[in-house]
Amino acid sequence: MVDLKRRFDVLVIGGGNAALCAAISARRAGASVLVLEGAPKFYRGGNTRHTRNMRCAHDAATDILTGPYTEEEFWQDLLLVTGGETDEELAKFMIRESKDILNWIVEQGVRWQPSLGGTLSLGRTNSFFLGGGRAMLNALYLTAEQLGVQIIYDAEVADLHIEDGMFLAAHLKQPIDGATEIRASALVAAAGGFEANIEWLKEYWGEAADNFLIRGTPYNRGSILKMLLAKGVQDIGDPTQCHAVAIDARAPKFDGGIITRHDSVVFGIVVNKHAQRFYDEGEDIWPKRYAIWGRLVAAQPDQIAYIIFDSAVVTSFMPTLFPPIAGGTIAELAGKLELDPVALEKTITDFNAAVQPGTFDHTILDDCRTEGIMPQKTHWARKIEAAPYLAYPVRPGITFTYLGTRVNKQSRMVMKDGKPSANMFAAGEIMAGNVLGKGYAAGIGMTIGSVFGRVAGREAAKNAKN
Amino acid sequence: MHGTRILEEADRLMTVCNSCRYCEGLCAVFPAMEMRRAFSDGDLNYLANLCHGCGACYTDCQFSPPHEFNVNVPQTLAVARNESYAAYVWPRAFSGAFARNGLVISIVAALSVAAFIFGFAAFHDRQVLFGVHTGPGAFYKLMPHNAMAALFGAAFLYAIVALFMGVRAFWRDIGEPVGMRADAGSIWQAIRDAGELRYLDGGGVGCFNEDDRPTDRRKIYHHLTFYGFGLCFASTSVATLYHYFLARQAPYPWWDLPVVLGTLGGIGLLIGPVGLLLEKWKRDPVLVDEKRLGMDVAFIVMLFLTSLTGMALLFLRATPAMGPLLALHLGVVFSLFVTMPYGKFVHGIYRFVALVRYARERRMMGHV
Repeated sequence: MVDLKRRFDVLVIGGGNAALCAAISARRAGASVLVLEGAPKFYRGGNTRHTRNMRCAHDAATDILTGPYTEEEFWQDLLLVTGGETDEELAKFMIRESKDILNWIVEQGVRWQPSLGGTLSLGRTNSFFLGGGRAMLNALYLTAEQLGVQIIYDAEVADLHIEDGMFLAAHLKQPIDGATEIRASALVAAAGGFEANIEWLKEYWGEAADNFLIRGTPYNRGSILKMLLAKGVQDIGDPTQCHAVAIDARAPKFDGGIITRHDSVVFGIVVNKHAQRFYDEGEDIWPKRYAIWGRLVAAQPDQIAYIIFDSAVVTSFMPTLFPPIAGGTIAELAGKLELDPVALEKTITDFNAAVQPGTFDHTILDDCRTEGIMPQKTHWARKIEAAPYLAYPVRPGITFTYLGTRVNKQSRMVMKDGKPSANMFAAGEIMAGNVLGKGYAAGIGMTIGSVFGRVAGREAAKNAKN
Repeated sequence: MHGTRILEEADRLMTVCNSCRYCEGLCAVFPAMEMRRAFSDGDLNYLANLCHGCGACYTDCQFSPPHEFNVNVPQTLAVARNESYAAYVWPRAFSGAFARNGLVISIVAALSVAAFIFGFAAFHDRQVLFGVHTGPGAFYKLMPHNAMAALFGAAFLYAIVALFMGVRAFWRDIGEPVGMRADAGSIWQAIRDAGELRYLDGGGVGCFNEDDRPTDRRKIYHHLTFYGFGLCFASTSVATLYHYFLARQAPYPWWDLPVVLGTLGGIGLLIGPVGLLLEKWKRDPVLVDEKRLGMDVAFIVMLFLTSLTGMALLFLRATPAMGPLLALHLGVVFSLFVTMPYGKFVHGIYRFVALVRYARERRMMGHV
């Protein structure tokens, strides 16, 4: 049983990669550490449970990485995906630190494997967790427990007692062993974003947010983030933005994870509920195309769209959790999708007529394109003509939000007046907006979590000892 | 559509897993799954037998219960595996033996022991059964060597034929094209994988048993059991060679090869099964086929009794207990042989064949 009456050196709120790296790092620096995870044990770890890899810089190939990925290349990739919306000093610090994380995280019990089947394009840049994100979490929790970190599940924090940028105590929503107030000398907030908080999303997206599916657990509600911002911590990142991909509309409201995704867009066309195309399906190669479709679908009526393709391409992409909806004719398919059959037939006929001859190669921006229709399909355009015709219904799948707390290189929160907090640190998605103001690069969320988690834990321990 | 409900569930899970693939580094099941987009009954039985039941994919899965996707690969494949033994058994009429395996094997064992005791007593007077016999040929005072060899030879032969027929049906169901033969390289790979229990280790950390802390205990106990059994088998084989080629009759002195092999094997076969049983009792029920635990227990107990009675015979062979102990030991061994094709023993054969198939597939796909 945990003695909650005592004062801990470091309180970590959250239970994912960043939280556990912070807890382990603080404990290894000699601090007494309590972790409050708001979710039940099975759902511990927020978005980490659905991750599978981490992007770390390295100067040479390793057992699991096929080639070097220099700091400079990482930085250029980050610049590209964020369009420059990143804190250069902080980002370069993170990239430099990421090199050592490749080894440090292994010392905490995490195991690597070469890139997974179907993700070969990441084999050089990203290290994959053997067994996936939950295996990674399990390893971190085991290590933390062995080191003597105290962990409590279902521990929802209702309020934070903060005075002049100094954390004093956290108040639990439900008392645990009679205690409601948790005191600590330093706080590490690693409690993620607010992607599962539909009410909060509605502030920016309106009623459309009701049609969003959340890819992670229902526990990513951003309540800690909200408290911190309300108590004087400086915000960073666009509050209106979230990372969204197109996922199967048949997926559960929460926690469908990776397996509900669809990456078949380039092999067909995408239509909205009026059976009209609305964007160039062949604009760019993975992963960029993967990341834009959530937002595109969110902008369509009723936030629904349909990827339409034919049986000639069905084995061109990974098998899917939900089988495609099939129809012997376009009209039959339209009927099953509850689309106007005449409109869908016209859309496909027009598309097929516009397809130009070319040599198909999905690994490059090939010369298969349309001419004379809007929007164009600029690459990988092939006629949809081999019955049965197939479709996946898709909706926006919200992965994470960008709003966060500003931090410095110590992972220390910065207050609205620009002064660093006396004893509050942040790590992971809750501060990802410092580095990733926009866009996404595979595995970077875990890099942010591990690097800043490790730094935050170390600094918080140091802070508590002074 | 599949033949059984468990194969339907296995198909559902493989569809979930094939769209995730996070577990592909843990064992052979998931890479084999990735070579397919659809799963026949044979494919699923193949995957079920390829699974060593280490439990890692359950602990690592973000979709295991209480998640609504309810992904429990180890348990589902354990049930499918046990049902596959019954599906391929020869003769078919004995497929029911797997359902109440504990009962079947206890009855066969009891009858065998009783038959030997009755046989010894019936063919000789009581003095022989309870007499003190020493020196070469002492055992054969109770039962002539040729009778013993003929009886056990027949039982062993029957077991081999029945196992062969079952495995042939399995191989035909999982292989393509039908009746395909395996190559030496794949067989050698499978021998190595089986010999070290390569896939009973959660991808390197060990098995998951009672909680989420992996250990190597099951692997160690299984090695003790398997190699203990192997040594005992070697002991009997050497003794047979001694008998026919060197005209040296059992019992042999303690330092002689059959006794040394048998003693070492017997020790392994005492510790290993006890360890496996203890681990089994502690094991999280969510990982196992609870309905057929009796089959596992029956086989483990039979192995333990084989060793226990053999060791007792070794230590008490110069006393009047030798006769009854010999009857007990022979009864246990006899029933072990005749029930081999109808119990847990077959798991080793089916899994080995699945490993051969896996090695072949990997070669065909261009992996090393």
